[in-house]
Amino acid sequence: MHPVISISGLSKTYASGFDALKGVDLDIRQGEIFALLGPNGAGKTTLISIVCGLVNPSVGRVTVGGHDIVRDYRAARAMIGLVPQELTTDAFETVWNTVSFSRGLFGKPPNPAYLERLLQDLSLWNKKDNKLLTLSGGMKRRVLIAKALSHEPQILFLDEPTAGVDVELRRDMWLLVRRLRDKGVTVILTTHYIEEAEEMADRIGVITRGELILVEDKATLMRKLGGKRLTLQLAAPLAQIPPALSNYGLTLAQGGKELVYRYEAEGEDSALVDLLRELAAAGIAFADLHTSQRSLEDIFVSLVSEREPGGEGAR
Amino acid sequence: MNWHAVRAIYLFEMARTRRTLLQSVLAPVITTSLYFVVFGSAIGARIPEVGGVSYGAFLVPGLIMLNLLTQSVSNASFGIFFPKFSRTIYELLSAPVSHFEIVLSYVGAAATKSILLSVIILATATFFVPLRIEHPLWMIGFLLLTAVSFSLLGFILGIWADNFEKLQLVPLLIITPLTFLGGSFYSIDMLPPLWRTITLFNPVVYLVSGFRWSFYGHADVAVGISLGMSLLFLAVFVGVATWMLRTGYRLKP
Repeated sequence: MHPVISISGLSKTYASGFDALKGVDLDIRQGEIFALLGPNGAGKTTLISIVCGLVNPSVGRVTVGGHDIVRDYRAARAMIGLVPQELTTDAFETVWNTVSFSRGLFGKPPNPAYLERLLQDLSLWNKKDNKLLTLSGGMKRRVLIAKALSHEPQILFLDEPTAGVDVELRRDMWLLVRRLRDKGVTVILTTHYIEEAEEMADRIGVITRGELILVEDKATLMRKLGGKRLTLQLAAPLAQIPPALSNYGLTLAQGGKELVYRYEAEGEDSALVDLLRELAAAGIAFADLHTSQRSLEDIFVSLVSEREPGGEGAR
Repeated sequence: MNWHAVRAIYLFEMARTRRTLLQSVLAPVITTSLYFVVFGSAIGARIPEVGGVSYGAFLVPGLIMLNLLTQSVSNASFGIFFPKFSRTIYELLSAPVSHFEIVLSYVGAAATKSILLSVIILATATFFVPLRIEHPLWMIGFLLLTAVSFSLLGFILGIWADNFEKLQLVPLLIITPLTFLGGSFYSIDMLPPLWRTITLFNPVVYLVSGFRWSFYGHADVAVGISLGMSLLFLAVFVGVATWMLRTGYRLKP
């Protein structure tokens, strides 16, 4: 299947000389939820802004639904809805007017029935005649989503959708995103909250310092880089690992009070049972134990810090 | 053509005008009435006829032009500057609209507003002075041409300005002096020869002169030259606006 968005060799150097993107290649599949993950200043917003027409690319080519975003911008942009990161609204407009305006701007004839359903879905219907300046931040965010969806786009960009958003809206937003995907809408979201990507995305791209360093199915990524960890709280601290247990690759933590064992989550691994038996045989008692799955956050942190000797976020 | 978009932007801009009806319509009407009272009646009574008409009547085309220029520039500049300032412009830039459609809707709305104002001022003027319009079609032609050209100039200014100060500075320091010195209140034939020559470098002279000719059939410069100059402004402003939108000047990094 043809990708719905195809980005090749995309670079952006701002007038200040800052290289925001360095040769990014990325294909987005029809109907997927793609999370673009990266620290602040990594180039997420620049990438989205180029695809949507807000920023001129320096080098490279982008097609949306097969349409070149520069040569055939009309067809490309008509497919896209964008929810920007900032809460930017026309203060004196009413909710209904601003959403109708957006629909017209994207070349669609009025459709009050569709807009009513959209506002109902976003819990905005009873606020439709309110001026935007009277709305709370969360409500404004809902309005921006309604504007982006007003022209029934096939692709939705959400730039940091849950930054500064309360729990209720966050939940509503994810429900909405799932509903959109069920209808075949492709959703691309940027975030620096890893839980968000982990919860929502089908695929994940990690971007840092303008380079896309990894694109992977979430499940594959978790499997490949995941793995489990068993931590045993020892009854008595150990000075060193007993030689009998040397082939388990154990490590000591917390000054010998904890014993850590890493193993693969997949498959029928009997090593865990063997380890516990051998621990008992060696007379090592433990007071408590817990296992943990390596989260996307751990994966992300290790990926980004591999790239940056300082271990700091990109900036 | 994305007519839905043109309609949406045009109506949005006109709604903005309606919201600020009092300040955008009443203020220019009151100011102009004051000009009529002070210059036309109080001082004008002591001024002999200019070009065959009373000074009060002579003033009317100049005052309409003064308003048309300042209102066109300020409406159009604010119309495009404000979304830039409030950052709501992201939506316009991401929409499937061509440069021509953007200019058509913003400039069209600004020109509509300033033409409406001119008509209101013209109507107001009939209460103060006897008016005659010898070449009504030319009058409408000059009105349209000037409104569109200077709304384009305002659009350019709105894109160029990156703060409110610059937005106000150009009308204040350039447009207003040029209109006042461009024969809005006097015939340039009244000036000493040297100043008359210098004044001919002021583009506004040609607009005012042509517009006044359409009222009274008498002009400071030949009407053909006025028309030519008006068309030249239009061409220059179209060129600059096109370049700005094509390169994304101060709109797209």
